[in-house]
Amino acid sequence: MSYLHDLAMVAPELILTLVALLTLLIAAWSGDRAYTLVVVLCLAGLAAAGLSLVGPAGDGGSVFGGLYFADAFSTFSKVLIYVAAAVSILMAPRFFARRGENRCEYPILIVLALVGMGFMVSSGDLMTLYIGLEMQSLAAYVLASFMRRDTRSAEAGLKYFVLGALASGILLYGVSLLYGFTGTTSYQGISVAMAAGLSTGELFGLVFVLAGLAFKVSAVPFHMWTPDVYEGAPTPVTAFFASAPKVAATALAVRVVFEAMGPAASDWQQIVIFVALASIALGAVAAIGQTNIKRLLAYSSINNIGFALIGIAAVTEAGVAATLSYMAIYVVMTLGSFLCVLQMRDKDGRPVEDIASLAGLSKNQPGLAAAFAIFMFSLAGIPPLLGFWAKFLVFDAAVASGLFALAVAGIATSVIGAFYYIKIVKIIYFDDAAPSYAPADSRIENGLIAISAVAVSPLGYLLLPALALVAGNAARALF
Amino acid sequence: MNQIGFPILSLMVALPVLGALACLFAPGDEMRRANAARWIALIATAATFALGIGLWLSYEIGGPQWQFVENYPVFGRFGWALGIDGIALMLIMLSVFLMPICIAASWKAIKTRVPEYMAAFLLMEALMIGVFTAQDLFLFYIFFEAGLIPMYLIIGIWGGSERIYASYKFFLYTLLGSVLMLIAMLWMVQEAGTTDIPTLMAYDFPGGAQTWLWLAFFASFAVKMPMWPFHTWLPDAHVQAPTAGSVILAGVLLKLGCYGFIRFSLPMFPEASAQLVWIIFGLSMVAVVYTSLVALVQKDMKKLVAYSSVAHMAFVTIGLFAFNRQGIEGAVIVMLSHGLVSAALFLCVGVVYDRLHTREIDRYGGLSDNMPRYALLFMLFTMASVGLPGTSGFVGEFLTLVGAYEANSWVAFVATTGIILGAAYMLYLYWRICYGTLDKPDVAKMPDLSLRELAMLGPIAAVVLWMGVYPESFIAPIRDDVGALLARIERANPPGDAQLAIGSPPPAAASHSAEGGH
Repeated sequence: MSYLHDLAMVAPELILTLVALLTLLIAAWSGDRAYTLVVVLCLAGLAAAGLSLVGPAGDGGSVFGGLYFADAFSTFSKVLIYVAAAVSILMAPRFFARRGENRCEYPILIVLALVGMGFMVSSGDLMTLYIGLEMQSLAAYVLASFMRRDTRSAEAGLKYFVLGALASGILLYGVSLLYGFTGTTSYQGISVAMAAGLSTGELFGLVFVLAGLAFKVSAVPFHMWTPDVYEGAPTPVTAFFASAPKVAATALAVRVVFEAMGPAASDWQQIVIFVALASIALGAVAAIGQTNIKRLLAYSSINNIGFALIGIAAVTEAGVAATLSYMAIYVVMTLGSFLCVLQMRDKDGRPVEDIASLAGLSKNQPGLAAAFAIFMFSLAGIPPLLGFWAKFLVFDAAVASGLFALAVAGIATSVIGAFYYIKIVKIIYFDDAAPSYAPADSRIENGLIAISAVAVSPLGYLLLPALALVAGNAARALF
Repeated sequence: MNQIGFPILSLMVALPVLGALACLFAPGDEMRRANAARWIALIATAATFALGIGLWLSYEIGGPQWQFVENYPVFGRFGWALGIDGIALMLIMLSVFLMPICIAASWKAIKTRVPEYMAAFLLMEALMIGVFTAQDLFLFYIFFEAGLIPMYLIIGIWGGSERIYASYKFFLYTLLGSVLMLIAMLWMVQEAGTTDIPTLMAYDFPGGAQTWLWLAFFASFAVKMPMWPFHTWLPDAHVQAPTAGSVILAGVLLKLGCYGFIRFSLPMFPEASAQLVWIIFGLSMVAVVYTSLVALVQKDMKKLVAYSSVAHMAFVTIGLFAFNRQGIEGAVIVMLSHGLVSAALFLCVGVVYDRLHTREIDRYGGLSDNMPRYALLFMLFTMASVGLPGTSGFVGEFLTLVGAYEANSWVAFVATTGIILGAAYMLYLYWRICYGTLDKPDVAKMPDLSLRELAMLGPIAAVVLWMGVYPESFIAPIRDDVGALLARIERANPPGDAQLAIGSPPPAAASHSAEGGH
């Protein structure tokens, strides 16, 4: 096994690192004039990293002594992450340009975060896990406070950093416990040790690691940072937070619980079930009273993560496939919603986040209103929109595993969640018109909205066989 | 493919969808768009109705149980599988028949956002046809649930003053009922290994599971139907919805629940149906008496008709769970008859509402003097609702009661009081609106039916009489399907308390022991 071959397996991360360094140099030399060039280069880097997954990086097995896995699972997650990141980069320029903050660091930081995420979803060892997670988090802290003159943004960054550091500490504590009691940091080694029976120390380690991961996916009871950070961060950054890192953290959680803690499934299953139900319920109930659209979407993301975790709680291959499909559909819905939020600007182009300002949008901007309604109904899981299918899959997996109580409780709670989604539709369609927004005239953003709206519309069902195939392959890689 | 060699069912689903898109993207300014949307909607629904007539004409009575079958496995886990039997055919005919009438009823009453309104109705039509044609369990669920979205918008945008509350209630209530059914469906598909409805209808689910599955389906259908005490969303939704919304709600959407009982609960879980028949009978008996009494004291015309719908739906459930031919055939006829009659009654309410803009019964009176044509048609529909012989209502209710008597004479007894009460509240309504002195000046100024309104009510009146005088046209297509259903549920048939039996020649005085539980 030549060293070159090993490097080919980590090609996506290599490419992204090089792109980040190169664009950083360009930005240092020519300043923010090079913004467009940097964006184009970053997007090209993303495309190249995505393409490199066709080679050995896509399905090559483990490298560096089991530190890193390149399999169908990581490939699926990475493609999803890259797409989400590309959309987050594309939706940013106009938002930042309006406030003269169009700085090159935005796409570069996203690319750096992606390197970390790549390591997260490919990790085969607690060390890779931690390094990937921290790389991603550090970039994310800076992104959250990207508009440093805006107090809310700065506050969001600080909050995220403090709480994120706490979570990393908890996670690291769990990692050290696992290492202490199993004598290894590799997933395989831990799995072997756990198969021989779970000691108290290992159990504590497991709980702490799961707590840290729950923070990263913003699942209840470690969700407190989410609404504040989502509200304070600039909208494109929020869209990014709600998509790519969510996918990466969920995929990481799947990998850890199945590859490292597989033998202890009966122990972590109850934790996951609790976290899932609590997230669904709290995400649904707490969202009802929100008046800020970004806070509402933050609770919506907590709610959605709860549903995605149901797939993990099923502890089956079909369950993992369901979780992955859920994340794929969720990313499209959530990016679409945030693209719509991005169009909420008053006459002077300042962003508006008040839900009440959506009133009567259907009269002023019928196209945008229809797209918004489609995303809301889809997030609520109402057929024939694609969000229904995402929920369908996770509940199917739960029922197949005999978790009837979980399935019934989860689906009944989803009705509570439906309330606040249809409340948005009510405001858009039923209420009298509020002052209209500035026209949505960005071709790129409108195009992206249209694409995601069509994808979650009933036409999206035609893509389901393909999605089932790739998600199934990805899940099989873990079993 | 199927007997006529072209995918007529897919076309019937697709045509309204295309019409809806055309309405939404119609060019021009506001006025021209509104007009274009009206005409597009009328043409699309008329064309779908024409296709429906073609469907009925080419439906082969006595042929295979499932006709016009199409199956394209395009979605992976489930397929685009369509096909109909006689019962579905009749309900599709009801939907496509009422749809152009709904569009006509909204022609002048709806003035704002006409393209969206027409698009919502056309989508609704596509989804209803989809529900009745779906042969795949999950496809059925998608069509069944998707109807919430257009109906939510119809009530919420074009409804009355309390429309927001009503739309929320409608949406959340029916959604909560349905999600439990989804869990049951997931389990069934895993157990039986197929999503094909005809296969599932012949699959024997284990006894204990049947009870749970039946209850999960019951939660959904009882809310959709609605059965007492899950009916509270209905009066709100009806009162607030625009006239055409009420028509489609009462005419077709309420039938989705009954259709579900026929298609799923009975054939898939016959043992559970027999075991839990007391729930159905108990709730239905309460519904018949209670909602009739409630209807009697209503001051709002639409609310009165809405409560009468709940009472009539109780007849349907009683008939369906009588486990005999008269009961089930009667139930289907009540479904069709109620679909026509309640739709017509809501249209009648809409006619006077358009003139006076109030639904309060006391504001009217003496309409037979200045609106004789209206009074005549209203009288016909009142009588049909009461179940006068010669109208469609009689056929259905009579058959249902005959079937119910065979199953349980007490149920039949209580249900019959419902007919008396039904006559009471309907005649009382008619009396207050059409008779009496014409002493209110604004009422006296109301013009009689216009040509458009006659064109809406006339065809319904004709079909109501047709069904009352020669019901064979409507029973013939469903006869074999009811037979197939009976053959399926016969093994679970609970013993009735009033079975007719051939008595022995009377040597002794034992002639009255012919009945009795077996």
